Amino acid sequence: MTGLVALLTSILTITLRAGTSLIFGTVGEIYTERSGILNLGIEGMMLASAVTGFGVGYYSDSALLGLVVAACMGGLLAAVHAFLTVTMRANQVVSGLSITLFGTGLASFLGERLGPATNNHSLVGLIGPRFSPLVVPGLSQIPVLGALFRQDPLTYALYVLVPLAWYYLYRTRFGLNLRAVGESPLTADAMGVDVIRIRYLYTILGGMLVGVGGAHLSLAYAPGWTENLTGGRGWIVIALVIFAMWNPLRAVLGAILFGGINAVQFRLQAGGTTIASAYLNMLPYLITILVLVAMTWWEALSHRVGAPAALGVPYIREDK
Amino acid sequence: MMRRRMLMLVALALVASLVVVACAPTPEEDETPFQTAFVYIGPPGDMGWTYEHDRGRQQVEAEFGDAVETTYIENVEQGPDAARVIRQYAQQGVDVIFATSFGYMDSMYEVAEEFPDVIFEHCSGYRTRDNMATYFGRMYHPRYLSGLVAGSMTEVNSIGFVAAFPIPEVIRGINAFTLGVRDVNPDAEVRVVWTNTWYDPVREREAAVALLDAGVDIIAQHQDTTEPQKAAQERGALSIGYNSDMRAFVGDTVLTGPVWNWGAYYIDTIRDAMNSDWQTHQYWGGLEDGIVLLADFSPRVPQDVRDRVATAQQAIIENDEVFCGPILAQDGSLMVAEGECMSDEAMLNMNVFVEGVVGTIPQ
Repeated sequence: MTGLVALLTSILTITLRAGTSLIFGTVGEIYTERSGILNLGIEGMMLASAVTGFGVGYYSDSALLGLVVAACMGGLLAAVHAFLTVTMRANQVVSGLSITLFGTGLASFLGERLGPATNNHSLVGLIGPRFSPLVVPGLSQIPVLGALFRQDPLTYALYVLVPLAWYYLYRTRFGLNLRAVGESPLTADAMGVDVIRIRYLYTILGGMLVGVGGAHLSLAYAPGWTENLTGGRGWIVIALVIFAMWNPLRAVLGAILFGGINAVQFRLQAGGTTIASAYLNMLPYLITILVLVAMTWWEALSHRVGAPAALGVPYIREDK
Repeated sequence: MMRRRMLMLVALALVASLVVVACAPTPEEDETPFQTAFVYIGPPGDMGWTYEHDRGRQQVEAEFGDAVETTYIENVEQGPDAARVIRQYAQQGVDVIFATSFGYMDSMYEVAEEFPDVIFEHCSGYRTRDNMATYFGRMYHPRYLSGLVAGSMTEVNSIGFVAAFPIPEVIRGINAFTLGVRDVNPDAEVRVVWTNTWYDPVREREAAVALLDAGVDIIAQHQDTTEPQKAAQERGALSIGYNSDMRAFVGDTVLTGPVWNWGAYYIDTIRDAMNSDWQTHQYWGGLEDGIVLLADFSPRVPQDVRDRVATAQQAIIENDEVFCGPILAQDGSLMVAEGECMSDEAMLNMNVFVEGVVGTIPQ
């Protein structure tokens, strides 16, 4: 029995830790998509943020400063996307994919140039500052749920951020304006909401959260820089947004599922259990497809929890 | 008469001048260096697989100086991209092209047919032509030696192995490692976790952490990054590296590791090609050729363990008996009978674990 409790506690601990970067990214992308902007540049933004965050952290010896710069990097790339799609009205899919290609290349380039001369100007293999897990005395001893209190500061920040993100979106006037812009920019505009400003604002805000997600990888979860550190986590975020049906609370469930799958199956393997890991790895994507199918079938459901109606559509304000 | 003699003289002079011209050394030929090119799957900065191939290339430059020119291209995708890159090198007049990933095999095979005068060398594959050879190393030699070290130094008799894909190359490595572990410590087990990736730093770390949580105190690996080693160090555990001398990037918790050393092979191959002695071949060398090595020991490895490894290393160099019987399979059945040794063919198709491995091979 104690063995089972210990196993569950360790699985929950690692699952939350693995899911943190995904939750930051997903909440960020939910806010971006709620304003009607689809940003497929997450993978590139996460990589670029991870490398700059680690680089700044390494030189300043401050993980916090690294985090701030990483968030700015994410915001900067998102601003480029916003300029291309909102102001220039470029195709959002093409622009997002370009951001991913650019961000991935930029990250490799910076990783090979920003390092100290002693390491051949490379950031690979260096040891820098990190956000270490802080164990809360007392609370961390609770069976299973104690796992919630053995996390790093960025994961603790999520305990506040996620409920706040939900409340802001559904219970405040600002959140209503944001959702209105994503559903029907024309109506929102008629009501006096500045569509352009809102789209810029939440694309950049979303990008900053994605940047924090990237920094969590290089400054907390897998400290250090290695090329292609994210390993496709940016694409998982995009699937997660659909999985969460654009709701920040459900994003947590999805991220824990996606992030936890590996942790669980590696643990089962390490314990000597036979398991078809291929099927387990497929599960989150399978559920995402099911959600998409369900939304197509039941129109009522799609109205309540579906994609923002104006997602991906540029807003052209007619001259009056 | 005079006229005829004059004509004769002129003719002689012409012939003589032709002979002189033909025999005179042409200056260009002497100055053009021998051209070689390397195609890499990853960046030389991966500190692992490609890093080692690039170190081999640098040794070629140091050995031949101006006589040989080397170029390389990194991050080449398998498939049409590889064929295009290899063809371009062949068209540019490169004399020898090395392709350093299994996935380039078919592309190189296809291009090699179009350029019969260019020499093609493919790492880790099995298709050859008159002008295309394969080369690889018996990594299981140093893996066995690193198993001796791990088996001697584990305190809980449980060692973790983070493994990439369930293919014969990786299974052979896990088996050789386990044979080494059990030769010095018959009670020890080797726990295997498959990541199904060659290169995903975060997943490799997660797999190592899962093994550490399961109670192992040493982490070995067959992956392309140093993350499992870093994860072990952060948890106060020891590790065995792979590919390159990871102690340099992680620290003394990396006890040693089986490493590649391509330089000697590259130098010999290029020298043969320059002397027109090159013939197609399927090279699979081991410790005796120095193409695979055991990395230097961490100061934490005691002298008696080092001595034991040195003896075993000498034995393998003289007579490779790593996969000689009696060897039991994971389920307890006889895998290799006493007095018998596995053939190269059987080793290249290995698909069962030996006794002492905890884990399964997905079918």
